[in-house]
Amino acid sequence: MWLRISAIVMRYFFLHRRSVARVMEIFFWPVMNLLVWGFVTHYLQDLALPKAVLFLLGSVILWDVLYRSQQGITLAITEEFWVKNIINIFISPISVGELLAAISIVGIIKSIVTTVVLGLLAFFFYKFNLLKVGPGLVPFLANLLLFGWAVGLFTMALIFRYGRAAEALIWGVPFFIQPISAVFYPVSVLPVWLQKIAYLLPSTYVFEGMRQVLATGKIDISTLGISFGLNLVYLILGSLYFSWMLRKVREMGYLSRFHLE
Amino acid sequence: MKDEGTAITATEIQSLTKRFGKLTALNSLSFRVCRGDILGLLGPNGAGKTTAIHCMLGLITPSSGSIRILGLDISRYRRKILSQVNFSSAYTALPSNLTVRENLLVFSRLYGIKSAREKIESLLELFEIEETIDRLTGSLSSGQLTRLNLCKAFLNNPEILFLDEPTASLDPDIAAKVRERLLELQRQRGLTMIYTSHNMQEVEQMCDRVIFLAKGSIVMQGSPSEIIKQSESSSLEDLFIAIARNGHLYQTVANQGDEPCGSE
Repeated sequence: MWLRISAIVMRYFFLHRRSVARVMEIFFWPVMNLLVWGFVTHYLQDLALPKAVLFLLGSVILWDVLYRSQQGITLAITEEFWVKNIINIFISPISVGELLAAISIVGIIKSIVTTVVLGLLAFFFYKFNLLKVGPGLVPFLANLLLFGWAVGLFTMALIFRYGRAAEALIWGVPFFIQPISAVFYPVSVLPVWLQKIAYLLPSTYVFEGMRQVLATGKIDISTLGISFGLNLVYLILGSLYFSWMLRKVREMGYLSRFHLE
Repeated sequence: MKDEGTAITATEIQSLTKRFGKLTALNSLSFRVCRGDILGLLGPNGAGKTTAIHCMLGLITPSSGSIRILGLDISRYRRKILSQVNFSSAYTALPSNLTVRENLLVFSRLYGIKSAREKIESLLELFEIEETIDRLTGSLSSGQLTRLNLCKAFLNNPEILFLDEPTASLDPDIAAKVRERLLELQRQRGLTMIYTSHNMQEVEQMCDRVIFLAKGSIVMQGSPSEIIKQSESSSLEDLFIAIARNGHLYQTVANQGDEPCGSE
């Protein structure tokens, strides 16, 4: 099992090793994002809103964990469609679980690399210390990774079903979640009906929790527990939906048609 | 788990039907491929050749019927079967942004190959593309790419090799070399091959038996010489053209391929 999982991890290591475009994808956009929000927060600081600096920069970095994690799953499999390799993968003895484990590992590596780089840049450019979040940082990051995988599973299932026409979902779905997750503002800013939806997303608890820690130094374990619980539900649903869709795709013959597109 | 009675049978297809909505892509196919045989699946575009192969590889779930590969039911033992077979097609590719060595290393791991490096080098040598080992796959010519796909297909020493138009993009010289290598490997290892091609000369040279499909049904089967004789055609190519143009005039051949393999 581990040999097959490591084969896929190795495949993406080889891919990134010599692809500037793909390495840029890990660094360029997150860094640009950080710079834009960094300058905005400087401006807000000038307006005497010092807490906003902490909140916004923390949000930028944590948001990227969710985003990279979701993309880790979706881009990895879509890559195989692009290079017409999907059939070779699916006729090898790797199981769907092993394939998902492998691309999740790739997602973790990408997320860690991005978080470390953004954390360092935020510290040097804006004197923002991500470690201020304290030990709560680990469960925050873990929750975002898990939610990214769950969203990735749903997105990937839709791409398998609807083909390359649905590829825009890879980039679109996270930005559908972003405003509802109250990434850059407290949930209380949202209309009441939307607040109810926001609390159905594990990411909301992470961003609310992060703001609470940065403001008060205290971490609310119970909300983190809710976040983990919701993640568990979404991951189970995501896996079931992905497996069901894969079965449908085999029935409809889409898996074998992808390489002709 | 394994049906010992069919141990000498490489593949056994019974009443295989695949419908995509209103389209019947495969209509109750039944045939058997004996170990060590090369079977040619022939027919015009859309006849169902690739669908049949993809059903046998577990990429498409049949609407009804059964597929047994090496005595195992594909619907239950897909992964076990896939570890013992392989596939090469003119329509699939290996990632262009990895080198030849990297691609083969990845697939060696996927198939759990020990001594992968030695295996890779010997296969590249066998197919005469050893000089490409450190080149990016995307920089290879189509002839080299086809041979690289075949190297990938031989990594796990498959018992059955599925080949979908493997020489489609090759010049006559390279195509001949590829056929020679395939026949050599087939003789040495008793490999079973299921082969599709639109090159009828190639089919005559390679295949022990052919099955002609038209609109998802078997319309003729037997050894190339037998069916040329049966159909009173002058060549396999003429027969192919006749079936492609007038497939409806050919009666579906039912319940064929039930002859047991070898000593069964």
